[in-house]
Amino acid sequence: MGALGGCLFLIVALAVFAAIWAIWRYNNLVSLKYQVANAWKQIDVQLKRRHDLIPNLIASVKGEMQFEQDTLQKVIQARNTAVAARGVADTAEKENALTQTLSRLFALAENYPTLKANESVRGLMEELSSTENKIGFARQFYNDIATRFNTAQQIFPDSLIAQTFKFQPVELYEIKDEAEREVPKVDLSVRP
Amino acid sequence: MINLYEQQKRNLNRTALFLAGFVLFLALLGLGADAFLYGSGGSPGFPVCTLGALLFGGLSAWWSVRGGDQAVLQSASARPVDRSNPKERVFDDVVEEMAIASGNPKPAVYVIPDPDPNAFATGSGPRKASIAATAGLLEALNREELQGVVGHEMSHVRNYDIRVMTVVAALAGAVLLLSDWGRRALWWGGGRRSDRDRGGGSGAAAAIFFVVWLVSIILAPIVTQIIALAISRQREYLADASGAELTRNPLALASALEKIDAAVEPTRAIKQGIAHLCIADPRGRAVNDRESGWANLFATHPPIAKRIALLREMGYRVATS
Repeated sequence: MGALGGCLFLIVALAVFAAIWAIWRYNNLVSLKYQVANAWKQIDVQLKRRHDLIPNLIASVKGEMQFEQDTLQKVIQARNTAVAARGVADTAEKENALTQTLSRLFALAENYPTLKANESVRGLMEELSSTENKIGFARQFYNDIATRFNTAQQIFPDSLIAQTFKFQPVELYEIKDEAEREVPKVDLSVRP
Repeated sequence: MINLYEQQKRNLNRTALFLAGFVLFLALLGLGADAFLYGSGGSPGFPVCTLGALLFGGLSAWWSVRGGDQAVLQSASARPVDRSNPKERVFDDVVEEMAIASGNPKPAVYVIPDPDPNAFATGSGPRKASIAATAGLLEALNREELQGVVGHEMSHVRNYDIRVMTVVAALAGAVLLLSDWGRRALWWGGGRRSDRDRGGGSGAAAAIFFVVWLVSIILAPIVTQIIALAISRQREYLADASGAELTRNPLALASALEKIDAAVEPTRAIKQGIAHLCIADPRGRAVNDRESGWANLFATHPPIAKRIALLREMGYRVATS
């Protein structure tokens, strides 16, 4: 075995090493991609749940809140547009609008003691606010995973693999609405 | 600051390390007993005590990971959550919310009929976990505070803390039992050995081994206890921090801990053996209040005041960043 044989051996060893590395990183990206899909499904499940709950809630408060027809109508409308939403950004926007109208309805319902005393309405309200929380946490989890997926595609040398196999960055579920994004301001300055 | 994935990996590695340590310790206890038997002439010709001790330790660890959670829940007389009760329904929902936030399956939810506020998680990992809270906790906390507590428990589940604690508790129990038997054997067999085996051939080495064995048998219960407690205290700080990462609301957990701390009564339904699993020491002792010296060595939890201070600091950083 001469110098040529040694060289050949070295090249083959390097090639094998590179191939193993590429497979490892590729699998990592694929696994992240499925995690993102799964996290999105979690959001979707909760959104569907909310869509199903709203008609029940409207039906049970309609009698008591007949002077709030306008608000009720807005909730139903927002729900129907949200059901038709497609894609991450579109869904985020329309679901946000629905969240707003719902919180307005909840605030108004505070004025109706008979509603709050009603067992089934109370149950529905707890169910809806829990679903709202679940949407929030599912969104948080989705955004974390999606950010990890997007970062993994950008980092060198993994970016070589991502480009070769045409991985695309995914959209984050963002809150566009200014009111929800606003941080509550606390004024700590002491004034005379 | 290490991230959560490293934390999980570390916990799994640490479990392996503890298993190895305890297995060595068990082997030492068994070997000593075998040497003792051999010296007194009653040996059957193979290391029966060593094998017995290892088998015993292995079985108890295996059994605890498989069914330990049910034993723990039963000993605290926990019952499955009842969704027709509004308070328990909120608790059940909050657990599901936190499971979603951590990206894990929803654990089984249990309620302990006890008026003192406390909670714990048990099981062998995210796929097989249970979270239990006392009725007092559900009564005392509002929804956000409850979310903080459940987030804390959920991160015990997610970080495999529950598996570490289950295995450690089982092995510590095995060591305790075996060293107890060892001491009894010494008590009964000690006289016989002294008059027959004085001028034994292997001499000094055997004597040193015997002394080491004797000391380890005497210290075993204390040492295993101290190790188990040290692991437990470390877990609590980490679970506070990563629980807050789930809820993004450290202040809610801080105010929940304040309420739990204010209820000084011991949690009667929770027995001593599972104190290290709870969010706050169920014994309701003064040990919770200070962190120093000996008191600290035997506490299952870090002082609540210090945990609250750390959470408030975290909350301040969230608000200003």
